[in-house]
Amino acid sequence: MHPVVSIVLQRLALGLMTLFFVSVIIFMAIEMLPGDFTQAVLGQAATEETVAAFRRELGLDQPAYIRYVQWVGGVVQGDFGTSFSGRASSGVDRSREVVDLIAPRLANTLFLAGITAVIAVPLALALGITAALWRGSLYDRAVNATTLSTISMPEFFVAYVLILFLGSLYPVFPSLANVSAETPFWERLYRCALPALTLTLVIVAHMMRMTRAAIINLLASPYIEMARLKGLSATRVILFHALPNAWAPIVNVIAFNLAYLIVGVVVVEVVFVYPGIGQLMVDAVTTRDIPVVQACALIFAATYILLNLLADIISIVTNPRLLHPR
Amino acid sequence: MSTEGNRAELLLAMRGVRIDGFADERWHEIIKGVDLTLHKGEVMGLIGESGAGKSTLGLAAMGFARPGCRISGGEIVFDGIDLMRASERQKQRLRGSRIAYVAQSAAAAFNPAHTLLDQTLEATVRHGLRSREEAERDARALYAAMDLPDPDTIGDRFPHQVSGGQLQRAMTAMAMASRPDLIIFDEPTTALDVTTQVNVLAAIRKAVKEFDTAAIYITHDLAVVAQMADRIKVLRYGEEVEEAPTGEMLSNPRHPYTRSLWAVRSIRKPGETSADRVLEIDRVTAAYGTVDVLHNISIGLPRGKTVALVGESGSGKSTAARVVTGLLPPRRGEVRFDGVALPADLKGRTKEQKRRIQMIYQMADTAMNPRQTVREIIGRPIAFYHGLRGREVERRVERLLEQIELDGSFADRLPGELSGGQKQRICIARALAAEPEVIICDEVTSALDQIVQEGILKLLMRLQKDHGLSYIFITHDIATVEAIADEVVVMLQGRVVEQGLKEEIFAPPHPEYTELLLSSVPEMEAGWLERAIARGEGGRVLDRLAEGDRERPSPR
Repeated sequence: MHPVVSIVLQRLALGLMTLFFVSVIIFMAIEMLPGDFTQAVLGQAATEETVAAFRRELGLDQPAYIRYVQWVGGVVQGDFGTSFSGRASSGVDRSREVVDLIAPRLANTLFLAGITAVIAVPLALALGITAALWRGSLYDRAVNATTLSTISMPEFFVAYVLILFLGSLYPVFPSLANVSAETPFWERLYRCALPALTLTLVIVAHMMRMTRAAIINLLASPYIEMARLKGLSATRVILFHALPNAWAPIVNVIAFNLAYLIVGVVVVEVVFVYPGIGQLMVDAVTTRDIPVVQACALIFAATYILLNLLADIISIVTNPRLLHPR
Repeated sequence: MSTEGNRAELLLAMRGVRIDGFADERWHEIIKGVDLTLHKGEVMGLIGESGAGKSTLGLAAMGFARPGCRISGGEIVFDGIDLMRASERQKQRLRGSRIAYVAQSAAAAFNPAHTLLDQTLEATVRHGLRSREEAERDARALYAAMDLPDPDTIGDRFPHQVSGGQLQRAMTAMAMASRPDLIIFDEPTTALDVTTQVNVLAAIRKAVKEFDTAAIYITHDLAVVAQMADRIKVLRYGEEVEEAPTGEMLSNPRHPYTRSLWAVRSIRKPGETSADRVLEIDRVTAAYGTVDVLHNISIGLPRGKTVALVGESGSGKSTAARVVTGLLPPRRGEVRFDGVALPADLKGRTKEQKRRIQMIYQMADTAMNPRQTVREIIGRPIAFYHGLRGREVERRVERLLEQIELDGSFADRLPGELSGGQKQRICIARALAAEPEVIICDEVTSALDQIVQEGILKLLMRLQKDHGLSYIFITHDIATVEAIADEVVVMLQGRVVEQGLKEEIFAPPHPEYTELLLSSVPEMEAGWLERAIARGEGGRVLDRLAEGDRERPSPR
């Protein structure tokens, strides 16, 4: 078997193991959360019997490890359980499957993350490469200063500034990004413009700076000097000789930022009233809707693990030492 | 070879070249008005110590200054083109087409991300000299001319899949690809083992002759330059010392500095032995992970004498040192000190056992904490092993500095404020501070210039006499061995090939490998290379010895 394949399989197995450990941690963390769903729903006036009956109905009377096994067993089969919300003391059960609850929200989040990535990643790479090419120039300094200031501002502030200028003073884009499953693609794109722009401004700096640093780091290498002494143009030296050796750190930062786009954008979602998974999780925490919180946390963990795995694999594949062993 | 027969037209004229380097917030002149003229097809040898400005001058011949350097004055005219006034674009057109460069470490100068072939033909194709197909065909022909194995397919390999000597030859092929008028060879064999060096030198010589290319050959090894150059120029502190045709320079150097360069190889002490062994390595087998790198070796160190471990990189010399110091517990066998077996692992040894064996490393730079003063560096083992404090330590440090021929003012300096030779002296003082009986010297002079080397070797010999020290001297440099060793141990691939008194080892008859090792060491007289090549190519002997896996990729 080619060594790269075995390394990839190894990493994949390692990723699954990590996910398993994370599931244990998530479960334990939620166990330790103060407060109780039944009491939160039934209120202080509830009698002990009703509380006990309700707990039994939800399965909360079982010991923790049994509930954990049931949960993980379900997850493995794609069943994340049933949401607690919608149940009430009235006894009418309007609760929904966690999957049905999360799926549309996750789709929205992935859509926003997707369009942001499509804008931000090429932009960051282009800025980073050109800044490295003309390092020390006015352009380089301008790019650095701009990206640094956008990352230094809190994201909600960036969002409000954009709303002020592009939503209010010059109403080019809508300030609210309320989309639903029925919204057609172009309409959806139009409504997501401001949140996507906000997120782009937030993540470009990281990736651009790493691209620039990774390339400049290599410019002192003997093989770069050799390339220059072969009479190659500066562009060729950077694109053909420096960049192929700089992928590993760049890809890692990209993966990190993409993960952030999926798991960390709740503030932006709130500002633009965007129905993403971040808001869903925050709501679920306040109502102590444990199955939803667990499912969200697990999805977030899986996102991180998957993206980092992908970054690792790309680093390996771009390393000729691993790709072409002796 | 001869200049007389070939009074060809002028190719390169450098007059009064001045180059500045930026350091400590200001510009310093590092080349102070050097002239250099080169005719077509001529090979000029440029020698001098490190820091003499050889590489800087060589690169200036391409109109190139490294980042942090600038060409501040003089004239550089290449075949009628004034490189001082030429635009960057004009110079780019020359580089890689009419002037080519061969770097010191091919392993570092080849881009790890691309195949050899892609890099070999890159300049030729980008400059529009040949089509890609033509260039590929030509590259294969050049690989064959450089005696590279599998010339048709070696180009498809990546640099890490090829050995150091092969890479260096591939780089010469790369420089040849555009059939340049001038090639700058910047210490192309310094990073190689002697046995590999012969083949690379032969390949370079052949290429330069065949294509009638002019060359500037930069090196600090006199014997090498004697084989390669028509004329030799000696540089020191960025100034020319003297220049003469090779034969004349070898037989009759005029300047005292040049003569001192020649004289370095003159230290030689007779080898002595003694039956009293202070240290014995007894049938040791050691491994990194599961791979055995030492196979059942036995080496004895006579008290007060020097045993030199010689061999190429990867022969297990340094590993043997790691076993002695306890850094690498052996899998089998033991190390005895004064007849008593030492605990295999460093953790099991007492402070007293550790004190008696000290170590000096090749890179004095990295062996010292850059933020500690010399006083702290030398003072630490004094306090640690002898429990001294305050004024006592102070006095000892001063005494040690005196022993290594440095005055007391050095105690307050940081390593960054010392020269290479001074740094190595501090490392010697640090080892002495423990008052050891055995010192392991791991390539301690390899990174130093000839004259500095001589000083260090003399110091080590004097300290040996004064303190009755025993040395294990690890080196790949045969000249150093001839200078300092009593006994010699020749190692090859983790095995001891031969050991005994220096005079016996160096006198024929030799085992095959020792013969190869000794005959590969360049000698100063002209014509040595031809004879070495004629004697049969070193590579073949090695191949037979190691059944083909000798030239394996070099670890980087």
